[in-house]
Amino acid sequence: MSKAAGNPKVSNLNDLLAIAYQIEIDAVDRYKLLADQMETHNNPELVKIFRDLARAEGIHGEEIRRLAGDFDVVAHARQIAKFERSESPEEADLGSAHYMMTPWHALQLSLDGEKRALAYFTSIVETAKDPKVKALAAELVEEEAEHVALVHRLLRRYPKPSANWADDMDPPVSQE
Amino acid sequence: MSTVDTRLTYKQADYKSDVKPIWCPGCGDYHVLMSFGRAFAQLGLPPEKIAVISGIGCSSRIPAYTNCYGFHGVHGRSLALAAGLKVTRPDLTVVVASGDGDGYSIGGNHFLHACRRNIDMTYVVMDNHIYGMTKGQPSPTTEPEFDTALSPGGTGLRPFNPLVIALASGANFIARCFSGDPNETAAVLVEAIQHPGFSFIEILSPCVTFRPDEKAWKDLVHPAPVGATNDPGKAARRIMTDDGFNIGVLYRGDRKPYQPAVGATNINLSELEKDFEL
Repeated sequence: MSKAAGNPKVSNLNDLLAIAYQIEIDAVDRYKLLADQMETHNNPELVKIFRDLARAEGIHGEEIRRLAGDFDVVAHARQIAKFERSESPEEADLGSAHYMMTPWHALQLSLDGEKRALAYFTSIVETAKDPKVKALAAELVEEEAEHVALVHRLLRRYPKPSANWADDMDPPVSQE
Repeated sequence: MSTVDTRLTYKQADYKSDVKPIWCPGCGDYHVLMSFGRAFAQLGLPPEKIAVISGIGCSSRIPAYTNCYGFHGVHGRSLALAAGLKVTRPDLTVVVASGDGDGYSIGGNHFLHACRRNIDMTYVVMDNHIYGMTKGQPSPTTEPEFDTALSPGGTGLRPFNPLVIALASGANFIARCFSGDPNETAAVLVEAIQHPGFSFIEILSPCVTFRPDEKAWKDLVHPAPVGATNDPGKAARRIMTDDGFNIGVLYRGDRKPYQPAVGATNINLSELEKDFEL
């Protein structure tokens, strides 16, 4: 539905670092929001999963920040990594949340995000002219591919729930 | 270290308060909150230059979730509050948030006159076709056949058409959005805030708890086949004959906004109070 106004332009290595950092931080914020929702709606198992996912994305963000060295990646991201007109690739879909969602659902959201990030960095590898940008984007592609594989491994622990996973013994009902 | 000056740029997060929303997971209102932040950031508005005013209902909780100035007012009276604020503080960007119950039923009369007055503010109604906060009573936009314990067999009543009413009453900008597309909604919000006069945006925002059927809206919404018009006649025909899922700006009028000169009456509060002394 969106007009897909495009992702931020990657002109050099610093741009790519800033955008990669912002993607991780956006994912952190989204997972934290989902964890808060689950806390409000008393689904502690999902609170833990979303907080763990947020922590993992935060660690990736910090790694990128370290990789940037003295360059202020946070300030630069604030300037150029604007996804306002198109979603940040790793942000989980809020509309898919449900108060009774299971770990399988949470990991599906995560998997979708990792796949979008993988596709995004792959597109940079394919289009970048600067060899340094291309090389870093290729590293990021490898990392995202590892994350996709990791989520697949985690999903083995949580089989797909039965069709009645959303059945509530005490459902919200219309006031009578 | 970078020497980039970040003081004049805003991000969505700059408009978010520390209060955690208590909406149901999956509620469309989360996306609307996101759109608010994105729109304000695109406009580069300092949070202290924005006032978010609301009435009562799930959607009306939104001022607390922003760190702009806010007023969570009385049921159905958000537009009256906002009008008072805007005429006395025209320097502020005033955004009013409401739901279909608060805005079209309890506040229905204020809606008509806010359109008629055409004060320069933006009215956002998060329409889920139900009273969600009070557990699922039919609202003015509920479909006639919607069958619940409170309306057995459905209400049988023709739903209120807010866009037609807004147009007939004089709103200067009319749009319909879908909460599930926060980027498009943010873009329309930007336009609405920039357009002079009273801007009205109806946002289809599913209630996943009492109207799980509304998850299907994602597949029903579609961009309006033609662009916005400034001809009220054409707009009326389009809005009255559309399927209710046309998304985009539908009408851009050119009426002059109403804005009395601030302090024009030259009366201060103490003088006014003297008239009421017993």
